[in-house]
Amino acid sequence: MAEIEKDPVSGRDTTGHSWDGIKELNTPLPRWWLYTFYVSIIWAIGYWVVYPAWPTLSGYTEGVIGYSSRAELANELAARDKSRIVWTDKFSALSVEEISKDSELLNYSMAGGRSIFAENCAPCHGASGSGIGSYPVLADDDWLWGGAVGDIYTTVKYGIRSTHEDTRLSEMPNFGDEGMLGETQVSDVAEYILSLSGASTDKASVTRGAEVFAGECTSCHGKNGEGMQSMGAPRLSDGIWLYGKTKQNIISQISKPKHGAMPAWVDRLDDVSIKQVSVYVHSLGGGQ
Amino acid sequence: MQSLLERNAILLAIAILVTVSIGGLVQIVPLYTIENTIEKVDGMRPYTPLEQAGRNIYIREGCYLCHSQMIRPFRDEAERYGHYSLAAESMYDHPFQWGSKRTGPDLARVGGKYSNEWHTEHLIDPRAVVPESIMPGYSFMATTPLDFNNADEHLKTLRAVGVPYSDEQVAKALEDLNTQATGEDGDGDVEGLQKRYPKVPLGDFDGNPNQLTEMDALVAYLQMLGTLVDFSSVDAKSIER
Repeated sequence: MAEIEKDPVSGRDTTGHSWDGIKELNTPLPRWWLYTFYVSIIWAIGYWVVYPAWPTLSGYTEGVIGYSSRAELANELAARDKSRIVWTDKFSALSVEEISKDSELLNYSMAGGRSIFAENCAPCHGASGSGIGSYPVLADDDWLWGGAVGDIYTTVKYGIRSTHEDTRLSEMPNFGDEGMLGETQVSDVAEYILSLSGASTDKASVTRGAEVFAGECTSCHGKNGEGMQSMGAPRLSDGIWLYGKTKQNIISQISKPKHGAMPAWVDRLDDVSIKQVSVYVHSLGGGQ
Repeated sequence: MQSLLERNAILLAIAILVTVSIGGLVQIVPLYTIENTIEKVDGMRPYTPLEQAGRNIYIREGCYLCHSQMIRPFRDEAERYGHYSLAAESMYDHPFQWGSKRTGPDLARVGGKYSNEWHTEHLIDPRAVVPESIMPGYSFMATTPLDFNNADEHLKTLRAVGVPYSDEQVAKALEDLNTQATGEDGDGDVEGLQKRYPKVPLGDFDGNPNQLTEMDALVAYLQMLGTLVDFSSVDAKSIER
């Protein structure tokens, strides 16, 4: 055991170790550091007592205040619901028609509906309902399944061709694939459909197409192509096309129709949110 | 003590052993009790072979680098994404995809939020539907045939690490994979599939019924995320921790 001696330069003790004549100073830890360290240890023990900390064989030590981040969230959401109850109660009690007539609730719907729309609807229908590709524009007055606020509410709630049992559902037959119409008939009827919005170029074809249309199409799309919202059958006379405006687009939509799908929101959004977003969508432009 | 241990090799070895063991036990022992961190909820089932194939693509493409699958118990996340994620919801995940980098939205409950058509369009060209998106396109998936011949082997491997696939599920892996991708339009045993995997999303996911592609698998996986547990039947108090 080497001797512990006092280092004459620093005035500190050495550890007593010596390597090739080099001696190691035994400088104590700075006091502030040492006491901070002790305080942290005490803090940690206090934390174990107060908060959930240690795993045990069948769970964990819960701590004396019984803190839980999940319970904290539940309380936070309950407080939110409570602060909103003055108007959420009205939303629950009233129909969407009544809400859209009440200026105060309309204001709530516009504010809430906008953010619900941005998160849930805009990915398909575009910001402010401007429509993207084959996802319909919601800011015009052309509606597949009805533009009354009640219709919009039903659509949002149950979706279109969704997995919900109350979904809006309709399907146009494959007039081309199943040999229901010949190629020229399809072409003629497409020409006739174009003529409904004044876009046809071939009169003879239009006349022939009118007959086919009267026989095959009117039961859903109406006598003059005005559409039928209870069937989700689009109006064909307004020059608004979901799947393209060229004759070729229309021919492919007759021979092998594409069908859009919209999810049901009833299981994802609460009823108040669905009402808000329905009223918001109704207000976008073309609400009937 | 210091000088004693410094001078006695055997004592030093024993002291090292004791110290390292404490460190080891602290890490290892909790793993034996991890079962009790998993909430008891109904509805969880292992992934179908097609979903598992999609999940493998999700991992291969590194989706987790930008998308988390972990809704934290915060008000803003609950309001945007839905109920916070449960441990039970990733109990069959090997490896789990919780992630931590949240460049894109959380995907823990994306299932059913959008249509199959939207997912396909979005994966091919994200900016075609979401103009402000910075996600890269994955258009090749729509044309890359799914490599699925080893579907049953994947299930067996997962079973080896604790996923409770039954012998029937393993035996019918290939069949189930095809049945899910064709849905009611195919001639597969849809009822059997639904019995083996409740709430399974069905159908041709990528809009191209002629080919089983990676897109089919990935969309099938995305469409089931977070849909299995029925939270209306969960006692909120029992999962608070």
